Amino acid sequence: MLTPEERAELDEMRSHYPTVRAASVSVLKWLQKHRGHLSDESMRDAADYLGLPVAELDGLATFYNLLFRQPVGERVICLCDSISCWMCGSDRIREHIENRLRLRMGGTSADGRFTLVPVVCLGNCDRAPSMIVGDELYDDLTPEKVDEILGLSDGTNAGAHGGDHD
Amino acid sequence: MGRTPAHTGVIMTEITPVLTANIEPGRAPLDCAGYERAGGYAAVRKALGEMSPDQLLDLVKESNLRGRGGAGFPTGMKWGFVPQGDDSPNPKYLIANGDEMEPGTFKDRLLIHGDPHQIVEGMILSAYAVRAPVGYIFLRPEYERGADLLHHAIAEAEAAGYLGKNILGSGFDLELHPHVSAGRYICGEETALMNALEGRRPNPRSRPPYPAISGLFGKPTIVQNIETLSCVPHIVNNGAKWFRRLGLGDDAGTKLYCVSGKVKRPGIYELPIGVTLRELVFEHCGGMLDGLEFKAAIPGGAATMLMTPEELDTRLDFTSLDKAKNRLGTAGVIVIDDHTCIVGISLNLQSFFARESCGWCTPCRDGISWIVDILRDLEEGRGEPGDAELLMREMKMIGPNAFCALAMGAEGPMVSALEKFPEEFETHISGGGCPYERPPALPPQSN
Repeated sequence: MLTPEERAELDEMRSHYPTVRAASVSVLKWLQKHRGHLSDESMRDAADYLGLPVAELDGLATFYNLLFRQPVGERVICLCDSISCWMCGSDRIREHIENRLRLRMGGTSADGRFTLVPVVCLGNCDRAPSMIVGDELYDDLTPEKVDEILGLSDGTNAGAHGGDHD
Repeated sequence: MGRTPAHTGVIMTEITPVLTANIEPGRAPLDCAGYERAGGYAAVRKALGEMSPDQLLDLVKESNLRGRGGAGFPTGMKWGFVPQGDDSPNPKYLIANGDEMEPGTFKDRLLIHGDPHQIVEGMILSAYAVRAPVGYIFLRPEYERGADLLHHAIAEAEAAGYLGKNILGSGFDLELHPHVSAGRYICGEETALMNALEGRRPNPRSRPPYPAISGLFGKPTIVQNIETLSCVPHIVNNGAKWFRRLGLGDDAGTKLYCVSGKVKRPGIYELPIGVTLRELVFEHCGGMLDGLEFKAAIPGGAATMLMTPEELDTRLDFTSLDKAKNRLGTAGVIVIDDHTCIVGISLNLQSFFARESCGWCTPCRDGISWIVDILRDLEEGRGEPGDAELLMREMKMIGPNAFCALAMGAEGPMVSALEKFPEEFETHISGGGCPYERPPALPPQSN
């Protein structure tokens, strides 16, 4: 259920669009931002608010790369794997992150702090490899720089209490 | 360590910058007053004060401005397709396409974060020419700070009287709205973009009808790339002849060349359109990184064809690359060295297209995934004689049978890799896998 406060904020957002449907993506993004991911309950809330079938909104939620229907970690790492970053070693960065956080691409660390997902070219190709963590862009990545960004410079692995894979 | 995206290095060479004149890496973009002091909004005053929409449209036609988003379609001609007159459909819409996701392309990031008022001014002029009272700016979510900058620029422009009702007493009304997407490459395709803006699943629409006739909400709609729109104020200020003379070959204007890959100085270069690949790589970018040889380049983002060392003297403009059966695309030039595997490049590019396929039509959804499987087999030593021929045959079947241009985009780099570097595919088959360092190493640290 949306609270009256949530409803008021969504009303403001909706006023910028010529139709209710056109506001769908912004409503879903807003719910995700405030609730972490798009749970079934959030999808029902959005459908109720917009007066659209849940299935139609699910068609949107499952379409966009940055809408998450599954729970994600506190900080989502979006690592670019497009051509310029790949050529400049982004797979090495991916391997490093996977090892340090004990997860695989698409997974979340056991302590729930991080999720690693691939992202399409971030438009930052002259400083490859690049990634976004939260809302922040980082580039010219090295394993040392990644540790610093993720707060792992003390040598401990995040999620060290037991990863969900070998 | 995090930095604002406006810090992307711009390196100016040889010409007086046009589109990047107001952009200084590391500095916030000009506000409205600063932009006006730099000559900004003079074009709006001139056009709305002295020119009819048709005169402006003719000027842009005469300038030979071609779309910078990848297709290179003549801008003025596209505007001319919008039905006008008392019985024509209203409202008409203008959309700025800032969904920059073409791999290797980072010019719109610079323009959005570096000079948002230039985009607003370009939109006012373009909307006036096609008589559109509403404009949307479609942005990828990773450029969200750009949306803040554009919201701010729009508010400033409204306060200064350049947006809103009866702009500068001309009788022309315009409102602009940024929309931040949630990330998907196909949304950059103009019909998918319009579905996205309507809140529908962004599968592309069939064309015809073209958006200029029936687009957003079924109304006449013009979709232009951010860089294209940014050119318009300068054409109004300096004239069509001036713009045409900027080009070195048959095309007009300057071009933001985005160079990435294994060169000494990657970055964005604003240069006269029509520099050769050799000048760009070996003069402006300082040549290849030490110890590396030039093997290939992709001239305009992931959806264009590989170029070989024999093609270094080709001009990087629409006309020359069309003649070379290639495309300028976005001018996102990706430079590939002799230590990088062409099969690996192909696998990366096809994996990108497979992942970003919207899934609407079978040839694209299932076909490109199959191409990826074959390429992965080649890389991992499971290739078989005949695989190169199979790739060529299947790829040529996928593109023309797919619903939109995404699969045709995938075809270009794949077919050109097979045609221009057949020995690399053979080596992978006969040698039992990839002979190159895998995965590719990080670049040497310069600092």
